[in-house]
Amino acid sequence: MRNNKLLDNIVIISVFIFLFLPIFVLILFSFNTSELNIIFEGFTLHWYKDLFYNRSLLEALINTLLVALSSTIISTIIGTISAYGLYKYDFKGKKIINELLYIPIVIPEIVLGISLLSIYTLMKMELGMFTLILAHITFSIPFVIVSVRSSLTSMDPNLEQAASDLGADSLTTFFRVILPSLVPGILSGAELAFSLSLDDVVISYFTAGPGSNTLPLHIYSIIKTGVTPDVNALISLMLLTIFIVLTISMVISLRKIKGDER
Amino acid sequence: MSEKKVIVKLENFSKSYGPKEIIKSINLDVYEGEFITLLGSSGCGKTTILRAISGLDEPTSGRVFIDGEDVTHLEARKRQVNTIFQNYALFPLMTVYDNVAFGLRMKKVPEDEIKTRVDKMIKLVHLEGYENRLPKELSGGEQQRVSIIRGLINNPKVLLLDEPLSALDLKLRKKMQIELKQLQRKLGTTFIYVTHDQDEALSMSDRVVVIKEGNIEQIGTPIEVYEKPVSLYVADFLGEANIFKGKVTNVSNNKTTVNIKDKFDLTITEDNYQIGDSVNIVVRPENIRLTLVARKNNCIQGTITNMVYDGYITKVFIKVNNTSYEAIINGNNKNYKINDEVYLYWALDDSIIIGDKK
Repeated sequence: MRNNKLLDNIVIISVFIFLFLPIFVLILFSFNTSELNIIFEGFTLHWYKDLFYNRSLLEALINTLLVALSSTIISTIIGTISAYGLYKYDFKGKKIINELLYIPIVIPEIVLGISLLSIYTLMKMELGMFTLILAHITFSIPFVIVSVRSSLTSMDPNLEQAASDLGADSLTTFFRVILPSLVPGILSGAELAFSLSLDDVVISYFTAGPGSNTLPLHIYSIIKTGVTPDVNALISLMLLTIFIVLTISMVISLRKIKGDER
Repeated sequence: MSEKKVIVKLENFSKSYGPKEIIKSINLDVYEGEFITLLGSSGCGKTTILRAISGLDEPTSGRVFIDGEDVTHLEARKRQVNTIFQNYALFPLMTVYDNVAFGLRMKKVPEDEIKTRVDKMIKLVHLEGYENRLPKELSGGEQQRVSIIRGLINNPKVLLLDEPLSALDLKLRKKMQIELKQLQRKLGTTFIYVTHDQDEALSMSDRVVVIKEGNIEQIGTPIEVYEKPVSLYVADFLGEANIFKGKVTNVSNNKTTVNIKDKFDLTITEDNYQIGDSVNIVVRPENIRLTLVARKNNCIQGTITNMVYDGYITKVFIKVNNTSYEAIINGNNKNYKINDEVYLYWALDDSIIIGDKK
């Protein structure tokens, strides 16, 4: 038995090393005095300072956050309303729509990228922030719908009737009774949309224009000339932010689970 | 006795889902202040009737009146009725207080009045101190009580209860039955109660409506439907029933002789049957007595095939000519055992006669 436990631990530790070593290396090299991401020569915070003077990098970061935030907000609103509509109303072709929802999720990003580009060209839309945000909204909506829908199906179907029985109109019912129950699904849908938008390269590559360079696109373009440690520094900072957000959300959900057990 | 006021009236109400007809044109009057139970097996359409009264479903045809007003096409939220759902349907993210206050808030009642009324309701069902709990922090019985006062606080003309106790365990269910009945008596609110449980129907109701496949089979007091069932279905659905099917062979001196499947004769006191009529004689197990010595009238010999000890009673199954009948004897009676030859008999007026014309 003891041997088995040892083996278990070795396996678990190896998996963790496999998963986190690259990230560790990336963070490590953000403190490297050398400009090459090959050998660690010495410790410095120089790159973090540099970061604030790298205008194109900062611009890309701001663009990325702008696109991610706006596309998340819009796709979450549209996705939530669509999921509720698909849940509540019966109409012809509902089944087909439900199935079609999965297509944007499963088709290769490159196909979606090319199709979006061709439709923008067809409609003579100039590529830029607007087309980029639109594209991100497009691929995020199905994820939000699927996530909110799972919250809806686990909701007690009598709640709506109980509210209407007690004199609530449909708007009040939605905002006071339905929406609060959907918050977990909406949040996880929004989280998904945000993270998908944040690191999207392929679709952005086709739909971004001048002045709408995003961080993933920027990094992708400087790969040929070599990634400088200030990019490492930026990504380390982003990782730190994500780590903090994740910790907070985990603490909240742990508390909630404990509350449920009480 | 003064004329009873009709509070809910269903007129030729029928309901179909697609091609399937669930309710077949029924008429029903519910009187103010009564506890009326719609009783039937699952799928008989009893919940459909409730939903037509609450307004959660519209009838396919026919009309619904509440307190004399035609509400057939009125939205649920505008009707002065409230529904108690089977699974309580409490709003999970609202406290007990907010759940109970919901209906009054929808009517824009001032908050201080809401407070007084909610407190009164919470006191009524002994849930003081639970105001700030969430539904998930309550037991099943407590949740049910919250859902009942959430409806009652709106002073509905009728409270509709859709199998409200079916999710509770037996002991709690019995307790809640008594509580509900007391609550109804105290408040005088009309209760329309839906259940498939005949015990519940008999013990709580002023009147029972037995529903079979979308039709009203019988309406009557619990005693009427149990002791004077109009059909074999009602006799069988409410409690246990021994059914003897036979044909009238002789009518004389107010006594009618019925021959049961050419095996034996039984005598009944009804005289409105003629020779050749098919009749069913229904006898409740608790009315059948056992004896080891033959009696003169209505006495059948059989063999005990099984005895089920049930605490305060023992169920005895007796085979007579390949048909099994059930009798109930008190407690742990040691006079009888399996394979004993016994005689069954009962008082003449314990026979329930149901003609085959129905």
